[in-house]
Amino acid sequence: MFIIEGLASFGRYLELMGRTFSVPERWRMFMKQYVKEMIQLGVDSIGIVLLISFFIGAVICIQIKLNIQSPWMPTFTTGYTTREIMLLEFSSSIMCLILSGKVGSNIASEIGTMRVTQQIDALEIMGVNSASFLILPKIMGMVSMIPFLVIFSIATGFIGAYATALLGVITVDDLTVGLQHAFNQWYVWMSIIKSLFFAFIIASVSSYYGYTVEGGSFDVGKASTNAVVRSSMLILFADLFLTPLLS
Amino acid sequence: MIELKHLYKSFEDKDVLCDINAVFEKGKTNLIIGQSGSGKTVLIKNIVGLFQPTSGQILYDGRDFVKMSKRERVMIRREMGMIFQSAALFDSMSVLENVMFPLDMFSDKNEADRIRRAKFCLERVNLQGAEDKFPGEISGGMQKRVAIARAIALNPQYLFCDEPNSGLDPKTSLVIDDLIHDITQEYQMTTIINTHDMNSVMGIGENILFICDGHKEWQGSKDQIMTSTNEKLNSFIFASDLFRKVKEAQDLEQ
Ligand SMILES: Nc1ncnc2c1ncn2[C@@H]1O[C@H](COP(=O)(O)OP(=O)(O)OP(=O)(O)O)[C@@H](O)[C@H]1O
Ligand SMILES: [Mg+2]
Repeated sequence: MFIIEGLASFGRYLELMGRTFSVPERWRMFMKQYVKEMIQLGVDSIGIVLLISFFIGAVICIQIKLNIQSPWMPTFTTGYTTREIMLLEFSSSIMCLILSGKVGSNIASEIGTMRVTQQIDALEIMGVNSASFLILPKIMGMVSMIPFLVIFSIATGFIGAYATALLGVITVDDLTVGLQHAFNQWYVWMSIIKSLFFAFIIASVSSYYGYTVEGGSFDVGKASTNAVVRSSMLILFADLFLTPLLS
Repeated sequence: MIELKHLYKSFEDKDVLCDINAVFEKGKTNLIIGQSGSGKTVLIKNIVGLFQPTSGQILYDGRDFVKMSKRERVMIRREMGMIFQSAALFDSMSVLENVMFPLDMFSDKNEADRIRRAKFCLERVNLQGAEDKFPGEISGGMQKRVAIARAIALNPQYLFCDEPNSGLDPKTSLVIDDLIHDITQEYQMTTIINTHDMNSVMGIGENILFICDGHKEWQGSKDQIMTSTNEKLNSFIFASDLFRKVKEAQDLEQ
């Protein structure tokens, strides 16, 4: 029962994506929507990404320095571990999990409200492909902004780590040596590649839940919760498969 | 002209429309009336293609809408305008942007011409000066008028209105009704209006289709409706005290 229902909604999701990925009717309108979504989904998320990354960078550094590092470990351990955590998991997966809360609920409730107030019907009657018009700019906007968010997150994470030097947790020299120790550039790319998949999941799954709302404002609320829960779950699953694939 | 032939629509467990045959003429305001739950909205949604009928034909000037390919449907939809019960304005856009939207999407005119056309439509519905407001900032009656302006922006051949007067006071309803009626005549559109407002029926009911439980019960004009002997129709229109009195007064005169 559960499996059949899951497959059915996966089928509907694929069908919606099929309608979404079609050539825009008017490039002028598409570009307008695209820029709007890049701002709404990407630029407006920079604040929360910077804030969280800064504190997580700092806290990871403190935790490792105080609780893991011991006199017989090399001094670069703290910086090195902080870097690896930020690069490998935090700045892509965890950051996207956080964004799925912010962006996912935003997308689902916006599209869901348009559905229940018949704005989507109005688009359809005009002969507009409503799926493509509403969803494509969101997916493209999210996917094209996410690499910047990842890079900002990594950078502010390191700034957070350096800030702990001010508290006297670690010396700047130790941290610098650690952050540079055995650096593998591929990890940055891996982080970005993973985030592209996650961004696609967030935007498309949330759009699906918003687009398929039936009923009223209560159902929009439910859809928005579903969007966040399902896209988070899918991000975790995708992470599980992508990580060995890209390593 | 829109013709319905043997139109049926059922949902999984339930037949909502049963063998509807009707002709809606060009340049006239065609009304669909009936009790709440009788299937008016389902009928209009079938006509505009938001629902797929179970069987039957819907002919737009002879073109069968049900059998059309997706492409043809998109083309014919550019000849349609619709006003929803809830107005359904895009609430992230200003009034002017709402009216410009169909033009932005489908017209090849340059920007200045599109703005001119949108402003003209807004003037037509007496809404000059409200261009920069957002749908949330204007009254329900104004929203309906913006919806009318948006619906006529592309000079449609066919205009559909689902309960254009719901939630409006009688005076504003009259304004909206007259507006729809005038526009219909002016541009020779085929207009179909869903309503259960008897004032609209007596005001602009040039061709009235009465449906009851998904069946077509009666079709005629507003002049014929008062003298009809159809029992179901009579029990529907004379549910209102006012109309009973009007009828009694008419009978007395004769
Ligand atoms: N999507 C749907 N699925 C199943 N049944 C539906 C659906 N839409 C409408 N119905 C049923 O069809 C019947 C007719 O509904 P409809 O909305 O057309 O009534 P109406 O005449 O427009 O009423 P009102 O004047 O209150 O708007 C109702 O009994 C309703 O339950
Ligand atoms: Mg209705």
